[in-house]
Amino acid sequence: MSNWKPWKIARKELKVIRRKKSIMYYIIILPLLLSFFFTLVVQNDIAPSSGIPSNYQLGLESLTYFFVVFSAIMPGSIAAYSIVGEKVEKSLEPLLATPLTDGEILLGKSIAAFIPPILAVWAGATIFMATTDYLTHDLLSYYYFPNWNSGVMLFILAPLAAIFSIELTVIVSSRVSDVRGANQIGGLMFIPFMVVFVAAVEGIFAFSTVNLLIFSGIVLIIDVSLFFLSKSIFNREEILTKWK
Amino acid sequence: MSHSEEEEAERWRLNMIEAENLTRKFGDLTAVDNATFKVNQGEIFGFLGPNGAGKTTTVRMLCCLISKTSGKARIADYEVGNKSDSMKIRKIIGLVPDNVGLYESLTAYENLDYYGTLYDRTDSQRKESNEHFLKLMGLWEKKDLLAGAFSKGMKQKLAIARALIHDPEILFMDEPTANLDPESSKTVREFILELKKEKKTIFLNTHNLDEAQRICDRIGIMNTKLMAVGTPEELEGSVRGKRTVIQLRQVTDAVLDALKRLSVRNLTREENKLTVDVVEPEEENPVMVDAIVAAGGKIESIFALGSSLEDAYLKLVREAQ
Repeated sequence: MSNWKPWKIARKELKVIRRKKSIMYYIIILPLLLSFFFTLVVQNDIAPSSGIPSNYQLGLESLTYFFVVFSAIMPGSIAAYSIVGEKVEKSLEPLLATPLTDGEILLGKSIAAFIPPILAVWAGATIFMATTDYLTHDLLSYYYFPNWNSGVMLFILAPLAAIFSIELTVIVSSRVSDVRGANQIGGLMFIPFMVVFVAAVEGIFAFSTVNLLIFSGIVLIIDVSLFFLSKSIFNREEILTKWK
Repeated sequence: MSHSEEEEAERWRLNMIEAENLTRKFGDLTAVDNATFKVNQGEIFGFLGPNGAGKTTTVRMLCCLISKTSGKARIADYEVGNKSDSMKIRKIIGLVPDNVGLYESLTAYENLDYYGTLYDRTDSQRKESNEHFLKLMGLWEKKDLLAGAFSKGMKQKLAIARALIHDPEILFMDEPTANLDPESSKTVREFILELKKEKKTIFLNTHNLDEAQRICDRIGIMNTKLMAVGTPEELEGSVRGKRTVIQLRQVTDAVLDALKRLSVRNLTREENKLTVDVVEPEEENPVMVDAIVAAGGKIESIFALGSSLEDAYLKLVREAQ
């Protein structure tokens, strides 16, 4: 692993991320705040009405799904910093002159943008699920989490959402000249996932395991398409001659 | 290997960089137009030209960072533009880009170490070369400082160290002394000359005439087209022949008539100073002195004046425009 070139790039990126306090706070504090806030929602709104299964099921699934939405937001910020930040620092050219393929560079940066947010999302979701189980066990007489839906959301859909966000950020990065601009556009990447949330709340979409797997499949297809698009954009020639 | 193949290999060993009709177009704009040149092993080759002349584009093509539109180029034994050779080329070259491009939130040591890992240097090799180059650049004491806190000169030195961390055979430097103070520029120039002693081949992009003249073995003058290639002396001589400047106590009509009778070229007068173009000053100057003295002129001083690299550069660039 240590000799795998994308990992060498990712290791350096992770070192830089660790030194950027704003990014670190963002990665650590936001999922924790989210889990704390959701716990309050469970305690005050969902747990009392847990006698009606459809209420608490939709409530708890919706809150869990929010970690998927979050997975589509956070990696984009790191990827934006990693790619646009490097563009701003003008450090891409010497990197491109090393014996690395474009794919290795892109993969290394993607790994670095993927790992911290997904770990943070999993940590936040774990806290949320543990406290929810604690608060609802007496009312439900069983532990609501973990279940298949949360498994699909956190271990299939959330990583796919993170990859979606990273790949779109790579595409956006070629057209913006500062990190803030990339972040602003990157902040919109959660919209497709929010649409699903709204559809669920409106009763158009049900958070069933099958539906979530179908949605994951759709996101996977989009991710694969975006992969080829981002790979075509992230190449030496494009970066040095067409990127802003 | 046959005899002819050996000869071919030897030729390439001597010509570390070779370009033949190298061209790059961006849409309708031609950035580099049919550039043909060779750079020998251990040579400092200066690429001199104004901003937008195609110098950086040429370097990027040679470093396999961007493709060529047409023409051929080779780096050592490898062909530029051949996908399988691109990686091999990147292993034997170092690049100091016009923007240093350091990771400002990494320390000087970490910047070098990171690049060492990308070239698959072992831990001990990296440790040794990081220390060697940081000491060489006078940055060892500051190795744990973030590169973002460095002055421009220190950053430039660190960028040069980074480009050398894998012991490349060829070093491409794009305006390495631009924006540096005179002392830092001098340090960088001296270091480039040190690298020459180590038989490194150096391709130096610059628009600094003085720098090119001081350190380059040969210079190519570029303004989209490569207009001339030669040693600084050859380029100076190519523009205009030598001139002789004669300072007289007083320039009289008799003196002027005497010189005109010798059919001297481009005689100009500026108060009591006469300037004449000469081809062979050793032969022509004594004849002129005799003629002036015979005409009653009193010579205060006489000296030869060569044309400068600046003259050559400006003439070629203006012609191209």
